[in-house]
Amino acid sequence: MSSIRVRAQLKDGVTQVRTLISHPMETGQRTGSDGKKIPAHYITKVQARVGDRHVLTAHWGPGISRNPYLSFEFEGASAGDLLSLSWVDNLGESDSTQVEIA
Amino acid sequence: MNSKRRVLLKGTLAAGTVGVAVGAGVLTPRNVLAEAREAFQEGSMDEILKSALGSDHHEAGHVRVEAPNIAENGAVVPVSVESDLDGVTEIAILAAANSTPLTSRYELGEGTRPKISTRIKMGETSDVVAVVKNGDGLYSGRKEVKVTVGGCGG
Repeated sequence: MSSIRVRAQLKDGVTQVRTLISHPMETGQRTGSDGKKIPAHYITKVQARVGDRHVLTAHWGPGISRNPYLSFEFEGASAGDLLSLSWVDNLGESDSTQVEIA
Repeated sequence: MNSKRRVLLKGTLAAGTVGVAVGAGVLTPRNVLAEAREAFQEGSMDEILKSALGSDHHEAGHVRVEAPNIAENGAVVPVSVESDLDGVTEIAILAAANSTPLTSRYELGEGTRPKISTRIKMGETSDVVAVVKNGDGLYSGRKEVKVTVGGCGG
């Protein structure tokens, strides 16, 4: 199952995107129950595009909350266009998904 | 086939240029690779803004920050940023008192509105500052959030 849940809704020419990503977003500052530091593990980049068009790139640090939420709006897309969303984290893990703009 | 060759040539040339720049010490590899990440380090707001957006000079206004007055849980503070400016290309969201103040930076494509919502961690009570960049410079807005239980350590 994808780590990304995303909805893209078109209204009056504006596409509103709301997304939730499952990710621990560990800062590297916290101590685990074993007394050891929990290693940093956080998303560093989220990209949204429609076809070749760059819509948004988010650069994140560990200051974004666990299971991150992101919403944004853009113009110029049509219903049925595919919005693709991808993320990569500091350990090189990644995921991506596509959603039809409705 | 011809066009592929051109693309290949272009790529080789571009790689060559970067290589020369690195060789000449203009761009150290650290600069090239770590530039984006550097802004997520510890530092003063001004230092962070310089490395994130290229300048620490920002004018107050044209940016609205929405966040709760009181956050009981600093680990999850909802923040919305909106600007009435045209041509915004970048937005940075900072929590002034966090050890690494920059929470996130956004590059907006053409047609993307200067309106972003997310959730950030706050270590203690401070201003949430949003800085937006357009062709004219940097503009900022801020909102104080009182944090009951910090959300960074622990």
